[in-house]
Amino acid sequence: MKLAVLGVGSVGKAVAQLSGEYGHSVVALADSKSAIVDPKGVKVDDILEKKSNRMPLGDASLEDIFNSDYEVLIEATPTTLESAEPAFSNIKAALEADRHVVLANKGPVAERFEELQSIADGSKGTLRFEATVGGSIPILSTIEDVSPRNITSVRGILNGTSNFILTRMAAKNLSYSHVLSEAQELGVAEADPTFDVGGIDTALKCVILSNVLSGGGFCLSDANVEGIQHISNHALNLADKSGLTIRLIGEATREGVNVAPMLVPKTGDLAVEGTQNIVQITTEHGGVLNLAGAGAGGGPTASAIFLDIQRLIV
Amino acid sequence: MGNKFRNGPRAYVVRLELADRPGELLRVLEPIASSGGNLLSIFHERGDITPRGKIPVEIDLECSQEQFESILSSYLDLDIQVTQSGEELYRGELVVLLIGDAIANDLSSVVASIDASGSVAVIESSVNRSIESPAEASSILRLAIKEGDQLQAVDSVKSIVSKYDLHFMTTTDHEVSQ
Repeated sequence: MKLAVLGVGSVGKAVAQLSGEYGHSVVALADSKSAIVDPKGVKVDDILEKKSNRMPLGDASLEDIFNSDYEVLIEATPTTLESAEPAFSNIKAALEADRHVVLANKGPVAERFEELQSIADGSKGTLRFEATVGGSIPILSTIEDVSPRNITSVRGILNGTSNFILTRMAAKNLSYSHVLSEAQELGVAEADPTFDVGGIDTALKCVILSNVLSGGGFCLSDANVEGIQHISNHALNLADKSGLTIRLIGEATREGVNVAPMLVPKTGDLAVEGTQNIVQITTEHGGVLNLAGAGAGGGPTASAIFLDIQRLIV
Repeated sequence: MGNKFRNGPRAYVVRLELADRPGELLRVLEPIASSGGNLLSIFHERGDITPRGKIPVEIDLECSQEQFESILSSYLDLDIQVTQSGEELYRGELVVLLIGDAIANDLSSVVASIDASGSVAVIESSVNRSIESPAEASSILRLAIKEGDQLQAVDSVKSIVSKYDLHFMTTTDHEVSQ
């Protein structure tokens, strides 16, 4: 497939670099300031070299990208809330031109799900967004295969940063602020960690899941969200003595979204460690399905994007 | 079974002493069956004979208060010896973790408020204080659920501890077990 990749952060970059390996070519690439279009295929390594030298990618405009002969738009610009712009307009332009769209950006499907679905319904293109929830873990594909109506709830750990912090606090009896600064140094946490440790990232993913389960109707402001900032090592210690530990758990049902720290058995399925993610999909007749894996990062998230592209072909 | 329990089904326990002869257990179960009560479990230990040569039996059942009274009066009529009867002490357990200043300052008052709710009772508590700042502390409470289901108990405890400005956390298994 011919890909147009919007966004050259860790995800967009990984998609561009790995596209050849998956049998696709990149015909357009854009960051927030510049763009390049090449119908014969963008020379990814050269262009990324330019980017690392802070040079423009090329002299094309966003309009040139939409006028090019791409088959799939990969939307990997940073997540924005509420209006979810500029991603929403990019997706709309592609779908209205009957092209496929694959999202890594959570904003549009969390905040404007119904609008997007109705645009997709009127398009010959298809909208897919596996990469928005749980990185490499095929959560949405599994839900699609099981069928949303056979699923009662999806819950789990969907934020690697907060899971890393809780795991390390418990393992080494360290304070929250100490482990947060470690995580920031390692690049596991952002300079402003609120999005992750405040539960917002988990909530966005759960809102997407609730939208998928119920065909829309939820946005971030509907979610009950509590973060991990108040979790202390004495609390983790105490939980440990009872065979428990603390994890930031997000739960998505047709009734809504709840995100809060919860007690889980230390040896239980939900006690994944470090930056790992896990979801438990509760089905009507098939019991509980556990899916675990890498929930973030360029490669893992790109692999979810390639999974979506594969499903467009099949 | 809904409308059989007009004033709500509750869990009851009855402890009896039976004569060691065939058919006794059936005689005990008949009033439960005919009143429409729901038998939950029977503990009948033939080896554990009382000094008077009787066999102790413990029966857990679920029924309305009216039905329970009718079962007890049947036992009186049938001359079956009831040693103890009443509402079961609790219907399940709940573990909660609380974090905040009120744990260090006022844990006994938090526990008293939870007990006063009537729906749950604190059966065990442990506290851990921060070494660096002793005003900070957390507590794990093991609670017995006396009324309603686990989700109702969670809501009840949550609303009590919010008055003390405590962070509340519970286990995920009350959802798993459904």
